[in-house]
Amino acid sequence: MTKKTNQTDYNFAFLDEGSKREIRRSILHAIAVPGYQVPFGSRELPIGRGWGTGGIQLTMSLIGPHDKLKVIDQGNDDSVNAVSIKNLICRTTGVETTTDTAEADIIQSRHRVPEEPLREDQVLVLQVPQPEPLRGVDPHEEVTRQLHADGEYTGIWVNLFELLLTKGSPFRGADHPVMADGRYVMNPSPIPRYDNPKLHQAQCLYLFGAGREKKIYAIPPHTDVVSLAFEDHPFRQEDLSGRKCRLCGAENVFFDELFDEATGQRYYQCSDTGYCQKRRRQQAQQRGEQQ
Amino acid sequence: MGYVAVTGGQEAIEASIQLLKDYRSGGEEALSIEVIQQRMRLLIDRIMSEAGLYAPDYAALALKQCEGSPEEAVFLLRAYRSTLPRNYTSRTVSGEQMHIRRRISSAFKDIPGGQVLGPTYDYVHRLLDFSLAQEDEQELQQWKKQFRSQAEEENGQQELADTAPRVLDLLRQEGLLEEVPEDRSEPCDVTMEKLPIPAPRSAVLQTLTRADTGFISGLAYSDIRGFGMSHPTIGELRYGTVEVLVDHPLLEGQPWYVGEIEITEVEGLMGSRPGSNGIGVGYGCVFGRNDTKAIAMAVLDHALTLEDTGPTSDAEFVLLHGDCLEMNGFISHLKLPHYVTFQSKLDGLRSQKKEQNP
Repeated sequence: MTKKTNQTDYNFAFLDEGSKREIRRSILHAIAVPGYQVPFGSRELPIGRGWGTGGIQLTMSLIGPHDKLKVIDQGNDDSVNAVSIKNLICRTTGVETTTDTAEADIIQSRHRVPEEPLREDQVLVLQVPQPEPLRGVDPHEEVTRQLHADGEYTGIWVNLFELLLTKGSPFRGADHPVMADGRYVMNPSPIPRYDNPKLHQAQCLYLFGAGREKKIYAIPPHTDVVSLAFEDHPFRQEDLSGRKCRLCGAENVFFDELFDEATGQRYYQCSDTGYCQKRRRQQAQQRGEQQ
Repeated sequence: MGYVAVTGGQEAIEASIQLLKDYRSGGEEALSIEVIQQRMRLLIDRIMSEAGLYAPDYAALALKQCEGSPEEAVFLLRAYRSTLPRNYTSRTVSGEQMHIRRRISSAFKDIPGGQVLGPTYDYVHRLLDFSLAQEDEQELQQWKKQFRSQAEEENGQQELADTAPRVLDLLRQEGLLEEVPEDRSEPCDVTMEKLPIPAPRSAVLQTLTRADTGFISGLAYSDIRGFGMSHPTIGELRYGTVEVLVDHPLLEGQPWYVGEIEITEVEGLMGSRPGSNGIGVGYGCVFGRNDTKAIAMAVLDHALTLEDTGPTSDAEFVLLHGDCLEMNGFISHLKLPHYVTFQSKLDGLRSQKKEQNP
């Protein structure tokens, strides 16, 4: 055993070309049928299953040497898992990374859609823990696949109604299901409800990858995406009223809630750190111009 | 070195990796791959089996790299495996051609070819041997030399059968086994596609043989203890080496020997199902020397064919929760920050409270 491990032992973007092509074919299938979960031969990666391996496989199969990559976890560019994913992709591709949403060609994200609207030439890759919106209706894949095929969504409506009766609101905290293109009920991945409307008639391509569950699905640009809700209980985002980012002063964005141990005070700051930094840079620039 | 999710992720990871290296280098004695591979054989077997990659060298390397954690070692091998192109598919390997080192049957005392206990811990009293703490390596090597030459001498006098017919063939000839249609369809490969549901038997067997040893042993235990319907008798358990052949790349129709692997193979007699007058068979086959895993696999293989309400007859329950990487990956992902999702949960709870106490 004389072999030494270094990065040249591995192909560009880790996976072999055959695997990447296979994943791209599944992506095309997913784009053709919005919201439909395409099963695929999910490969094992050096990062844990359940830690974003579906998203990484999508990114790895799409990325080229000249692309710019942004990876966020809960909106944060510098969160440990985002850094770890970025390191893996960069080490095996040599691509450049950015924290600026507008500059990125591919954005991989867990649990957030960036605040800045995305363009037609951008792809947002979302990591998905549980792709099946009907898992709570039946634990068996065989059953839920049939339900999707039949468009039989009574079960999930009943679930939401039960939620309304027991909790007073028919909305899941995060990962509130949507109807994609009027056909498939779909989990948008555990993004807050605040982000759900961004999927509707968007400019960019949304790709969803579930590595452990071996599914890929997509929302192509300009697709109708409607969050499930009742006529007398219309869709409602999280209540963010009266909150303000303590760093950039932004309102009406999604916030992280923080506690000051010393004072016991609660304050807020933008969950999208790239957006917050950009605003602060612009504010500093404006102040400079004014002086 | 704080775990701050807001900034400093990069530094925290790097520092953590340094600390791991420090932990891995405990004491002052070097740990060679050779030693791990030769003296932790059963651990190597288990790692290779759960990784689905027969590579004793790499399994030993993985164990060295991860402080001997089976979960991490399997992870390392699996990740390496997915970078390798698949160039060949082996020809069908038959357990009948196994060069046997261990073979037992709990159904019949006398079996053609005889029973061979081989290397087994079954009849060892598990008394902690304190003398091993100060074992003299030279003495050990001397003993080994002597043991081997003696064995060779004895074998020369009395030739032991290297291969043997299957015990179950006797019952099959008598028509006592449940009749099942022969299936010659191309086997499914669950590493190349998502497990099809309902799963063909090839996918079931592949999933079980790669499953976590503890998981399938526990499930099989639940099945025979009372949550299932099996009452198994081990028709035959055999352990040994089999040759792996592929089609020769140049000479058409010729086999090409690529090496041999050690496997444990079990045929379990599982009792007859309602409405059948033959004995049902469960099949287990795993990399390396691992009796328990092979038996557990045989129990589950059969349980999955039964229409029972027990958990071991629920194919999705059994097949989707035993993969080492999947279960450990998903459990460990709980350690990732969930600030956004938890924030949404809080929002729901707060507005519920607001409505209740306006």
